[in-house]
Amino acid sequence: MKLQDIEKKLGYTVVTLPDVDVEITDAYTSDLLSDVMGNAPEDSVLITIQGHKNSIAVASLIGMQAIILCNKRSAPEDMVDAAISESIAIFTTSDSQFIASCKIGTLLNS
Amino acid sequence: MKFKSKKLTHLNNHPVMCIIMNMQKIPINTYNSPTVILELIYRLKVKDVMCSNLITVNRRTSMREIQKLMRKESITGMPIAEGKRLVGIVSMDDIITALDEGYIEEEAQDHMSSKLIVLEDDMPVSFAITYFDRYPFHRFPVLNRKKELVGIVTSRDITTRLLMEINREIDRIERVTGYDKQTGGETHQVRTFTVLKHDFENAGGASTEIKKRLKKDNRDPRLIRRAAIASYELEINLVVHANGGEIKATFETDSITIEAKDTGPGIPSVEQALTEGYSTANEWIRSLGFGAGMGLPNVRRVSDEFSIESSLETGTHVISKINL
Repeated sequence: MKLQDIEKKLGYTVVTLPDVDVEITDAYTSDLLSDVMGNAPEDSVLITIQGHKNSIAVASLIGMQAIILCNKRSAPEDMVDAAISESIAIFTTSDSQFIASCKIGTLLNS
Repeated sequence: MKFKSKKLTHLNNHPVMCIIMNMQKIPINTYNSPTVILELIYRLKVKDVMCSNLITVNRRTSMREIQKLMRKESITGMPIAEGKRLVGIVSMDDIITALDEGYIEEEAQDHMSSKLIVLEDDMPVSFAITYFDRYPFHRFPVLNRKKELVGIVTSRDITTRLLMEINREIDRIERVTGYDKQTGGETHQVRTFTVLKHDFENAGGASTEIKKRLKKDNRDPRLIRRAAIASYELEINLVVHANGGEIKATFETDSITIEAKDTGPGIPSVEQALTEGYSTANEWIRSLGFGAGMGLPNVRRVSDEFSIESSLETGTHVISKINL
């Protein structure tokens, strides 16, 4: 699945989307950054409610490509700035982490 | 605290002397000062910090005119000069005494202080600082080698310039990306990062730098990831749990060693801290996504060599070595 599919196929709102053509191969759902740090796979998308700068730091350090902020959480400005400079995509949605995980799972399997 | 007590018995109503009595001696000759600071106060000369844009008057100027000029220009000491030669100083104290005793309309030459302590423009700033410590004056006139008046120094001038220079030095030190050390013929590089308590804003900065460096060296991505995990967790631990501390990364040809050192408060039970899921983080820290109780376990998992020492007296020291 492509990053763009998250917007096109799921209708999630794009906050920032780097101009890269990467294949997303996996996803990880967690709100605990150490858990993400220790277990999330590379080239994956993080499904979380942690809308702050530290999520970008974690994603960037372990090579994740995108963050989906669930439950109508928004991305503060410094988080967006960090995402832009680290080329990480941010999407927002009113879906819960569970619903978002199911939808992303379907996309990954299709 | 040092007392300048010799003359205090008959001077202890004098405000300046009282302040000096209670002031701590300026710690200028501390043998354990960082080299960079010592170098700074010896390298900087009085002429680098002094104010050279001087307003002077001559000895015939009235105390009244001097008072007005001092108020207008917001200065507290007026040099009295003949050409380029300094002949005296009229201080705020002299003005107050003149007002008090009714000779404010008289000429400066009869009431100025003429026994002056001066600095030379080529002296290191350390001299000037010592002078402020030694004498009760708030300013010192500065003369050049030809004994010409070239400036005036207040402690404010020194503070301002020193802070500017210290900022510049620290900035330079932070920008220098480690330093080469020769050990047994092998070159390795060390980088040290200071991490502040509860500074979530900059958390991850050290790890990002470490990762960038390893990437630049074209290391195996899996190893870079392990180093990133170890450094990030250790960094976050310093932010969340310690009173701040230091991350030190040692890059060697076949390994990277990441050390986290803090000065406290120490881990009561290291065994528990190494247990997955055990956390002492409070609510608001958890709300940021930290405090999952996986920090140290994550570090240990990705390390080839791992050690932790912690004491409630001296703080915690963690070493994680990852073979490249």
